Amino acid sequence: MKKADSQETMAPAAESSKMLRAMVGLGVICALMIVLAFEWTKPRIEQNKAAALEQAIFKVIPGMVSKQTFLLTPDNTLVPAGANVDKNAEVVYAGYDKEGKLAGIAVEASGLGFADVLRVLYGYNPETEKIVGFFVLESKETPGLGDKIEKDPQFLANFAGLDVALKEDKVTLKNPPVTVKAGMKTNPWEIDGITGATISSRAIGAIINSSTTRWVPMLQQQQATLRNTTTN
Amino acid sequence: MGKPNTPSTNSGFWANLRESPSTDDFIKGLWRENPVFVQVLGMCPTLAVSNTTMNALAMGLATTFVLLMSNMLVSSLRFFIPKQVRIASYILIIATFVTITDYMIQAISVDLHKSLGAFISLIVVNCLILGRAEAFASKNTIGKSFLDGLGMGLGFTFALICLGAVREIMGNGTLLGFGVLPGNFQEWIVMILPAGGFFTLALWLLLFNALKEKRAQA
Repeated sequence: MKKADSQETMAPAAESSKMLRAMVGLGVICALMIVLAFEWTKPRIEQNKAAALEQAIFKVIPGMVSKQTFLLTPDNTLVPAGANVDKNAEVVYAGYDKEGKLAGIAVEASGLGFADVLRVLYGYNPETEKIVGFFVLESKETPGLGDKIEKDPQFLANFAGLDVALKEDKVTLKNPPVTVKAGMKTNPWEIDGITGATISSRAIGAIINSSTTRWVPMLQQQQATLRNTTTN
Repeated sequence: MGKPNTPSTNSGFWANLRESPSTDDFIKGLWRENPVFVQVLGMCPTLAVSNTTMNALAMGLATTFVLLMSNMLVSSLRFFIPKQVRIASYILIIATFVTITDYMIQAISVDLHKSLGAFISLIVVNCLILGRAEAFASKNTIGKSFLDGLGMGLGFTFALICLGAVREIMGNGTLLGFGVLPGNFQEWIVMILPAGGFFTLALWLLLFNALKEKRAQA
Protein backbone atom coordinates (compact mmCIF):
# COMPACT_ATOMS: atom_id res chain seq x y z
CA MET A 1 0.00 0.00 0.00
CA LYS A 2 2.68 2.41 0.99
CA LYS A 3 4.67 1.55 -2.06
CA ALA A 4 1.75 2.28 -4.38
CA ASP A 5 1.26 5.64 -2.68
CA SER A 6 4.79 6.71 -3.21
CA GLN A 7 4.63 5.65 -6.83
CA GLU A 8 1.54 7.74 -7.36
CA THR A 9 3.22 10.80 -5.92
CA MET A 10 6.41 10.06 -7.81
CA ALA A 11 4.78 10.04 -11.22
CA PRO A 12 3.55 13.68 -11.30
CA ALA A 13 6.89 14.88 -9.91
CA ALA A 14 8.71 13.25 -12.78
CA GLU A 15 6.20 14.69 -15.21
CA SER A 16 6.56 18.25 -13.96
CA SER A 17 10.34 18.07 -14.07
CA LYS A 18 9.97 17.03 -17.68
CA MET A 19 7.63 19.94 -18.36
CA LEU A 20 10.00 22.32 -16.64
CA ARG A 21 12.91 21.04 -18.68
CA ALA A 22 10.95 21.42 -21.91
CA MET A 23 9.79 24.95 -21.17
CA VAL A 24 13.16 26.19 -19.93
CA GLY A 25 14.98 24.55 -22.83
CA LEU A 26 12.57 26.04 -25.31
CA GLY A 27 12.82 29.42 -23.64
CA VAL A 28 16.59 29.42 -23.95
CA ILE A 29 16.46 28.39 -27.62
CA CYS A 30 13.89 31.08 -28.42
CA ALA A 31 15.75 33.79 -26.51
CA LEU A 32 18.93 32.91 -28.35
CA MET A 33 17.21 33.13 -31.72
CA ILE A 34 15.67 36.52 -30.90
CA VAL A 35 18.99 37.93 -29.74
CA LEU A 36 20.73 36.69 -32.88
CA ALA A 37 18.06 38.18 -35.14
CA PHE A 38 18.18 41.46 -33.22
CA GLU A 39 21.94 41.78 -33.48
CA TRP A 40 21.94 40.78 -37.12
CA THR A 41 19.30 43.29 -38.23
CA LYS A 42 20.29 46.17 -35.91
CA PRO A 43 22.66 48.06 -38.24
CA ARG A 44 20.23 47.89 -41.14
CA ILE A 45 17.28 49.02 -39.01
CA GLU A 46 19.23 51.99 -37.67
CA GLN A 47 20.27 52.97 -41.17
CA ASN A 48 16.65 52.75 -42.38
CA LYS A 49 15.38 54.76 -39.45
CA ALA A 50 17.94 57.49 -40.06
CA ALA A 51 16.88 57.66 -43.71
CA ALA A 52 13.21 57.83 -42.73
CA LEU A 53 13.97 60.62 -40.26
CA GLU A 54 15.83 62.55 -42.95
CA GLN A 55 12.81 62.29 -45.26
CA ALA A 56 10.46 63.32 -42.48
CA ILE A 57 12.51 66.45 -41.74
CA PHE A 58 12.07 67.61 -45.34
CA LYS A 59 8.31 66.89 -45.04
CA VAL A 60 7.70 68.99 -41.93
CA ILE A 61 9.57 72.10 -43.09
CA PRO A 62 8.02 73.36 -46.34
CA GLY A 63 10.50 74.83 -48.79
CA MET A 64 13.70 73.57 -47.22
CA VAL A 65 16.59 72.34 -49.36
CA SER A 66 19.39 71.75 -46.86
CA LYS A 67 19.72 71.01 -43.21
CA GLN A 68 22.03 71.33 -40.25
CA THR A 69 21.80 69.35 -37.04
CA PHE A 70 22.16 71.24 -33.79
CA LEU A 71 23.12 69.64 -30.52
CA LEU A 72 21.71 70.75 -27.18
CA THR A 73 24.53 71.08 -24.66
CA PRO A 74 23.90 70.53 -20.93
CA ASP A 75 23.79 74.30 -20.32
CA ASN A 76 20.88 74.61 -22.81
CA THR A 77 22.75 76.17 -25.70
CA LEU A 78 22.57 74.92 -29.24
CA VAL A 79 25.76 74.15 -31.12
CA PRO A 80 26.16 72.84 -34.67
CA ALA A 81 26.78 69.12 -34.57
CA GLY A 82 29.27 67.18 -36.61
CA ALA A 83 28.55 64.09 -38.64
CA ASN A 84 28.65 61.69 -35.73
CA VAL A 85 26.12 62.57 -33.08
CA ASP A 86 25.79 60.60 -29.88
CA LYS A 87 22.56 58.61 -30.08
CA ASN A 88 21.26 59.81 -26.71
CA ALA A 89 22.00 63.48 -27.28
CA GLU A 90 19.11 65.87 -27.82
CA VAL A 91 19.14 67.43 -31.26
CA VAL A 92 17.05 69.71 -33.46
CA TYR A 93 17.31 70.05 -37.21
CA ALA A 94 17.39 73.47 -38.82
CA GLY A 95 16.16 73.60 -42.41
CA TYR A 96 17.26 76.26 -44.92
CA ASP A 97 15.62 77.35 -48.17
CA LYS A 98 17.28 78.01 -51.54
CA GLU A 99 18.74 81.37 -50.48
CA GLY A 100 20.18 79.83 -47.32
CA LYS A 101 17.61 81.49 -45.10
CA LEU A 102 16.23 79.62 -42.09
CA ALA A 103 12.98 77.99 -43.26
CA GLY A 104 12.14 76.23 -40.02
CA ILE A 105 13.32 73.95 -37.28
CA ALA A 106 12.33 70.30 -36.95
CA VAL A 107 11.98 68.99 -33.41
CA GLU A 108 11.43 65.40 -32.39
CA ALA A 109 9.04 64.73 -29.52
CA SER A 110 7.64 61.64 -27.91
CA GLY A 111 5.12 60.62 -25.31
CA LEU A 112 2.73 57.89 -24.34
CA GLY A 113 -0.09 57.18 -26.80
CA PHE A 114 -2.90 54.67 -26.43
CA ALA A 115 -0.56 51.77 -27.17
CA ASP A 116 3.14 52.22 -26.52
CA VAL A 117 5.22 55.34 -27.13
CA LEU A 118 4.41 57.76 -29.94
CA ARG A 119 7.34 59.46 -31.67
CA VAL A 120 6.52 62.52 -33.73
CA LEU A 121 8.42 65.20 -35.60
CA TYR A 122 7.13 68.74 -36.03
CA GLY A 123 8.41 71.77 -37.90
CA TYR A 124 8.53 75.17 -36.18
CA ASN A 125 8.82 78.46 -38.01
CA PRO A 126 10.43 81.06 -35.69
CA GLU A 127 9.33 84.00 -37.86
CA THR A 128 5.60 83.31 -37.85
CA GLU A 129 5.88 81.54 -34.47
CA LYS A 130 3.82 78.68 -35.80
CA ILE A 131 4.07 74.93 -36.21
CA VAL A 132 4.19 74.37 -39.95
CA GLY A 133 4.43 70.61 -40.33
CA PHE A 134 3.84 67.37 -38.49
CA PHE A 135 4.74 63.75 -39.06
CA VAL A 136 4.32 60.58 -36.99
CA LEU A 137 7.62 58.72 -36.89
CA GLU A 138 6.56 55.75 -34.81
CA SER A 139 3.21 54.57 -33.55
CA LYS A 140 1.54 51.33 -32.60
CA GLU A 141 -1.94 52.82 -32.29
CA THR A 142 -4.99 50.68 -33.04
CA PRO A 143 -5.38 50.17 -36.80
CA GLY A 144 -8.52 51.86 -38.12
CA LEU A 145 -9.00 53.97 -34.99
CA GLY A 146 -5.96 55.43 -33.25
CA ASP A 147 -3.79 55.31 -36.35
CA LYS A 148 -5.94 58.05 -37.89
CA ILE A 149 -3.48 60.47 -36.28
CA GLU A 150 -1.09 59.51 -39.08
CA LYS A 151 -3.36 59.94 -42.08
CA ASP A 152 -6.59 61.78 -41.25
CA PRO A 153 -6.33 64.86 -43.54
CA GLN A 154 -8.52 67.01 -41.31
CA PHE A 155 -6.38 66.22 -38.29
CA LEU A 156 -3.13 66.83 -40.15
CA ALA A 157 -4.49 70.17 -41.41
CA ASN A 158 -4.27 71.36 -37.77
CA PHE A 159 -0.52 71.45 -38.10
CA ALA A 160 -0.35 73.57 -41.24
CA GLY A 161 -0.27 76.63 -38.97
CA LEU A 162 -0.64 75.90 -35.29
CA ASP A 163 -0.08 79.00 -33.19
CA VAL A 164 2.68 78.62 -30.58
CA ALA A 165 3.51 82.32 -30.08
CA LEU A 166 5.37 83.38 -26.93
CA LYS A 167 4.29 85.93 -24.33
CA GLU A 168 6.22 89.21 -24.05
CA ASP A 169 8.53 87.66 -21.44
CA LYS A 170 9.74 85.24 -24.14
CA VAL A 171 9.81 82.23 -21.82
CA THR A 172 6.23 80.96 -21.76
CA LEU A 173 3.71 80.25 -24.49
CA LYS A 174 0.83 82.68 -24.84
CA ASN A 175 -1.55 79.82 -25.47
CA PRO A 176 -0.19 76.29 -25.09
CA PRO A 177 -1.61 73.99 -27.81
CA VAL A 178 -4.47 71.81 -26.70
CA THR A 179 -6.62 69.15 -28.34
CA VAL A 180 -10.33 69.92 -28.45
CA LYS A 181 -13.28 67.81 -29.59
CA ALA A 182 -13.57 67.15 -33.31
CA GLY A 183 -14.93 70.22 -35.10
CA MET A 184 -14.75 72.46 -32.03
CA LYS A 185 -11.55 74.29 -33.02
CA THR A 186 -12.08 78.05 -32.81
CA ASN A 187 -8.62 79.38 -31.98
CA PRO A 188 -5.37 78.97 -33.91
CA TRP A 189 -3.69 77.21 -30.97
CA GLU A 190 -6.33 74.50 -30.71
CA ILE A 191 -6.03 71.07 -32.33
CA ASP A 192 -9.19 69.51 -33.71
CA GLY A 193 -9.38 66.01 -32.26
CA ILE A 194 -10.55 62.91 -34.13
CA THR A 195 -13.75 61.04 -33.35
CA GLY A 196 -12.72 57.41 -32.81
CA ALA A 197 -9.16 58.38 -31.94
CA THR A 198 -9.86 60.51 -28.90
CA ILE A 199 -7.03 59.22 -26.75
CA SER A 200 -4.47 59.19 -29.55
CA SER A 201 -5.29 62.71 -30.75
CA ARG A 202 -5.22 64.00 -27.17
CA ALA A 203 -1.86 62.30 -26.69
CA ILE A 204 -0.55 64.15 -29.74
CA GLY A 205 -1.83 67.42 -28.26
CA ALA A 206 -0.08 66.68 -24.97
CA ILE A 207 3.17 65.72 -26.71
CA ILE A 208 3.17 68.90 -28.81
CA ASN A 209 2.22 70.93 -25.74
CA SER A 210 5.04 69.73 -23.50
CA SER A 211 7.61 69.79 -26.29
CA THR A 212 6.77 73.32 -27.48
CA THR A 213 6.64 74.63 -23.92
CA ARG A 214 10.21 73.50 -23.52
CA TRP A 215 11.71 74.09 -26.97
CA VAL A 216 10.02 77.17 -28.40
CA PRO A 217 11.53 79.69 -25.91
CA MET A 218 14.97 78.15 -26.44
CA LEU A 219 14.65 78.20 -30.23
CA GLN A 220 13.42 81.81 -30.20
CA GLN A 221 16.28 83.00 -28.00
CA GLN A 222 18.92 81.23 -30.02
CA GLN A 223 17.58 82.07 -33.46
CA ALA A 224 20.79 83.89 -34.27
CA THR A 225 22.85 80.71 -33.83
CA LEU A 226 20.45 78.78 -36.00
CA ARG A 227 20.48 81.40 -38.75
CA ASN A 228 24.19 82.13 -39.06
CA THR A 229 25.55 78.77 -39.95
CA THR A 230 27.03 77.71 -43.21
CA THR A 231 24.93 74.79 -44.29
CA ASN A 232 26.11 71.52 -45.62
CA MET B 1 -10.58 21.20 -42.30
CA GLY B 2 -11.29 18.61 -44.95
CA LYS B 3 -10.26 15.37 -43.40
CA PRO B 4 -9.22 15.19 -39.77
CA ASN B 5 -5.72 14.00 -39.01
CA THR B 6 -5.25 10.71 -37.27
CA PRO B 7 -5.73 11.14 -33.54
CA SER B 8 -2.50 10.67 -31.65
CA THR B 9 -3.13 7.15 -30.46
CA ASN B 10 0.05 5.18 -30.36
CA SER B 11 -0.52 3.17 -33.51
CA GLY B 12 -1.70 6.16 -35.55
CA PHE B 13 1.17 8.22 -34.28
CA TRP B 14 3.79 5.75 -35.45
CA ALA B 15 1.91 5.02 -38.64
CA ASN B 16 2.08 8.71 -39.50
CA LEU B 17 5.79 8.76 -38.83
CA ARG B 18 6.58 6.16 -41.43
CA GLU B 19 4.74 8.03 -44.16
CA SER B 20 7.08 9.82 -46.44
CA PRO B 21 6.36 13.40 -47.54
CA SER B 22 4.03 13.55 -50.50
CA THR B 23 3.07 16.33 -52.88
CA ASP B 24 -0.41 16.25 -51.38
CA ASP B 25 0.96 17.75 -48.15
CA PHE B 26 1.94 20.77 -50.21
CA ILE B 27 -0.96 20.96 -52.66
CA LYS B 28 -3.83 20.67 -50.19
CA GLY B 29 -3.10 24.05 -48.59
CA LEU B 30 -3.15 25.82 -51.91
CA TRP B 31 -6.63 24.86 -52.96
CA ARG B 32 -8.57 22.00 -51.34
CA GLU B 33 -7.92 23.13 -47.77
CA ASN B 34 -7.10 26.76 -48.48
CA PRO B 35 -6.72 28.47 -45.08
CA VAL B 36 -8.86 31.48 -45.98
CA PHE B 37 -11.38 30.26 -48.54
CA VAL B 38 -12.02 26.79 -47.14
CA GLN B 39 -10.90 26.69 -43.50
CA VAL B 40 -11.81 30.37 -42.96
CA LEU B 41 -8.93 30.80 -40.48
CA GLY B 42 -6.85 33.89 -39.72
CA MET B 43 -9.60 36.36 -40.57
CA CYS B 44 -8.12 39.26 -38.62
CA PRO B 45 -5.10 39.87 -40.90
CA THR B 46 -7.10 38.73 -43.95
CA LEU B 47 -9.62 41.50 -43.56
CA ALA B 48 -7.36 44.16 -42.12
CA VAL B 49 -4.21 44.08 -44.23
CA SER B 50 -5.68 43.25 -47.63
CA ASN B 51 -6.46 46.86 -48.54
CA THR B 52 -3.61 46.99 -51.04
CA THR B 53 -1.93 44.21 -53.01
CA MET B 54 1.50 45.12 -51.66
CA ASN B 55 0.34 44.88 -48.04
CA ALA B 56 -1.40 41.59 -48.79
CA LEU B 57 1.74 40.16 -50.37
CA ALA B 58 3.99 41.29 -47.52
CA MET B 59 1.60 40.01 -44.86
CA GLY B 60 1.21 36.70 -46.70
CA LEU B 61 4.95 36.18 -47.00
CA ALA B 62 5.55 37.15 -43.36
CA THR B 63 2.90 34.66 -42.25
CA THR B 64 4.32 31.98 -44.56
CA PHE B 65 7.76 32.44 -43.03
CA VAL B 66 6.44 32.20 -39.47
CA LEU B 67 4.27 29.20 -40.35
CA LEU B 68 7.14 27.41 -42.07
CA MET B 69 9.61 27.95 -39.25
CA SER B 70 7.18 27.19 -36.44
CA ASN B 71 5.96 24.05 -38.21
CA MET B 72 9.53 22.80 -38.57
CA LEU B 73 10.54 23.60 -34.98
CA VAL B 74 7.33 22.16 -33.51
CA SER B 75 7.77 19.05 -35.60
CA SER B 76 11.40 18.57 -34.62
CA LEU B 77 10.62 19.05 -30.92
CA ARG B 78 7.46 16.93 -30.92
CA PHE B 79 8.94 14.21 -28.69
CA PHE B 80 10.52 16.72 -26.35
CA ILE B 81 7.42 18.82 -25.54
CA PRO B 82 5.09 17.19 -22.96
CA LYS B 83 1.41 17.19 -23.88
CA GLN B 84 0.38 19.36 -20.91
CA VAL B 85 2.47 22.35 -21.93
CA ARG B 86 2.25 22.00 -25.69
CA ILE B 87 0.05 25.05 -26.37
CA ALA B 88 2.29 27.32 -24.29
CA SER B 89 5.33 25.93 -26.10
CA TYR B 90 3.78 26.47 -29.52
CA ILE B 91 2.87 30.06 -28.67
CA LEU B 92 6.42 30.66 -27.45
CA ILE B 93 7.86 29.28 -30.68
CA ILE B 94 5.44 31.28 -32.84
CA ALA B 95 6.07 34.49 -30.89
CA THR B 96 9.82 34.05 -31.34
CA PHE B 97 9.53 33.79 -35.11
CA VAL B 98 7.11 36.70 -35.24
CA THR B 99 9.61 38.86 -33.37
CA ILE B 100 12.35 37.81 -35.77
CA THR B 101 10.06 38.61 -38.73
CA ASP B 102 9.30 42.00 -37.21
CA TYR B 103 13.02 42.84 -37.08
CA MET B 104 13.53 41.57 -40.61
CA ILE B 105 10.70 43.67 -42.04
CA GLN B 106 12.11 46.74 -40.27
CA ALA B 107 15.47 45.98 -41.83
CA ILE B 108 13.91 45.65 -45.28
CA SER B 109 11.75 48.78 -45.26
CA VAL B 110 10.54 51.16 -42.57
CA ASP B 111 7.61 52.22 -44.75
CA LEU B 112 6.42 48.66 -45.15
CA HIS B 113 6.73 48.15 -41.41
CA LYS B 114 4.64 51.25 -40.86
CA SER B 115 1.89 50.23 -43.25
CA LEU B 116 1.61 46.74 -41.73
CA GLY B 117 1.80 48.31 -38.30
CA ALA B 118 0.43 46.36 -35.39
CA PHE B 119 -0.59 43.45 -37.60
CA ILE B 120 2.90 41.98 -37.66
CA SER B 121 2.83 41.35 -33.93
CA LEU B 122 -0.69 40.01 -34.31
CA ILE B 123 0.62 37.12 -36.43
CA VAL B 124 1.26 35.50 -33.03
CA VAL B 125 -2.45 34.97 -32.53
CA ASN B 126 -3.20 33.97 -36.10
CA CYS B 127 -5.13 30.75 -35.45
CA LEU B 128 -3.90 29.31 -38.75
CA ILE B 129 -0.36 28.97 -37.39
CA LEU B 130 -1.33 27.52 -34.03
CA GLY B 131 -3.84 25.32 -35.85
CA ARG B 132 -1.20 23.82 -38.11
CA ALA B 133 1.19 23.32 -35.18
CA GLU B 134 -1.46 21.45 -33.21
CA ALA B 135 -3.19 19.57 -36.00
CA PHE B 136 -0.25 18.72 -38.23
CA ALA B 137 3.30 19.56 -37.20
CA SER B 138 3.04 17.95 -33.75
CA LYS B 139 2.13 14.62 -35.34
CA ASN B 140 4.21 14.52 -38.52
CA THR B 141 7.80 14.43 -39.67
CA ILE B 142 9.84 17.56 -40.36
CA GLY B 143 9.67 16.99 -44.12
CA LYS B 144 5.90 16.69 -44.15
CA SER B 145 5.51 19.66 -41.80
CA PHE B 146 7.75 21.76 -44.02
CA LEU B 147 5.59 21.00 -47.06
CA ASP B 148 2.41 21.55 -45.10
CA GLY B 149 3.61 24.92 -43.83
CA LEU B 150 4.76 26.00 -47.28
CA GLY B 151 1.48 24.94 -48.89
CA MET B 152 -0.70 26.55 -46.23
CA GLY B 153 1.40 29.70 -46.20
CA LEU B 154 1.31 30.12 -49.97
CA GLY B 155 -2.42 29.35 -49.95
CA PHE B 156 -2.86 32.10 -47.38
CA THR B 157 -0.74 34.49 -49.45
CA PHE B 158 -2.71 33.62 -52.58
CA ALA B 159 -6.00 34.31 -50.80
CA LEU B 160 -4.74 37.60 -49.40
CA ILE B 161 -3.57 38.71 -52.83
CA CYS B 162 -6.98 37.78 -54.31
CA LEU B 163 -8.63 40.06 -51.77
CA GLY B 164 -5.99 42.77 -51.96
CA ALA B 165 -6.06 43.01 -55.75
CA VAL B 166 -9.84 43.37 -55.92
CA ARG B 167 -9.91 45.91 -53.11
CA GLU B 168 -7.06 47.99 -54.51
CA ILE B 169 -8.47 48.05 -58.04
CA MET B 170 -11.98 48.92 -56.94
CA GLY B 171 -11.05 51.26 -54.11
CA ASN B 172 -8.03 53.01 -55.52
CA GLY B 173 -8.04 52.32 -59.26
CA THR B 174 -4.52 50.88 -59.04
CA LEU B 175 -2.79 47.52 -58.89
CA LEU B 176 0.52 47.39 -57.00
CA GLY B 177 0.51 51.19 -57.18
CA PHE B 178 0.13 51.41 -60.98
CA GLY B 179 -3.07 52.85 -62.43
CA VAL B 180 -5.02 50.14 -64.26
CA LEU B 181 -8.45 51.71 -64.67
CA PRO B 182 -9.34 54.68 -66.92
CA GLY B 183 -8.84 58.07 -65.30
CA ASN B 184 -12.54 58.91 -65.14
CA PHE B 185 -13.22 55.89 -62.92
CA GLN B 186 -14.86 56.92 -59.66
CA GLU B 187 -13.12 54.95 -56.89
CA TRP B 188 -15.28 53.01 -54.47
CA ILE B 189 -13.65 54.26 -51.28
CA VAL B 190 -15.62 51.74 -49.23
CA MET B 191 -13.54 48.93 -50.74
CA ILE B 192 -10.33 50.03 -49.00
CA LEU B 193 -12.19 50.64 -45.74
CA PRO B 194 -12.78 47.70 -43.37
CA ALA B 195 -16.30 47.13 -44.75
CA GLY B 196 -14.85 46.47 -48.20
CA GLY B 197 -12.83 43.62 -46.74
CA PHE B 198 -16.00 41.86 -45.68
CA PHE B 199 -17.68 42.43 -49.06
CA THR B 200 -14.68 41.12 -50.99
CA LEU B 201 -14.22 38.10 -48.74
CA ALA B 202 -17.90 37.25 -49.07
CA LEU B 203 -17.68 37.43 -52.87
CA TRP B 204 -14.60 35.20 -52.99
CA LEU B 205 -16.21 32.67 -50.63
CA LEU B 206 -19.28 32.69 -52.84
CA LEU B 207 -17.17 31.99 -55.90
CA PHE B 208 -15.22 29.23 -54.15
CA ASN B 209 -18.33 27.49 -52.85
CA ALA B 210 -20.03 27.75 -56.23
CA LEU B 211 -17.00 26.11 -57.85
CA LYS B 212 -16.95 23.37 -55.23
CA GLU B 213 -20.61 22.62 -55.70
CA LYS B 214 -20.27 22.49 -59.46
CA ARG B 215 -17.42 20.02 -59.12
CA ALA B 216 -19.39 17.88 -56.68
CA GLN B 217 -22.29 17.69 -59.11
CA ALA B 218 -20.12 16.83 -62.08
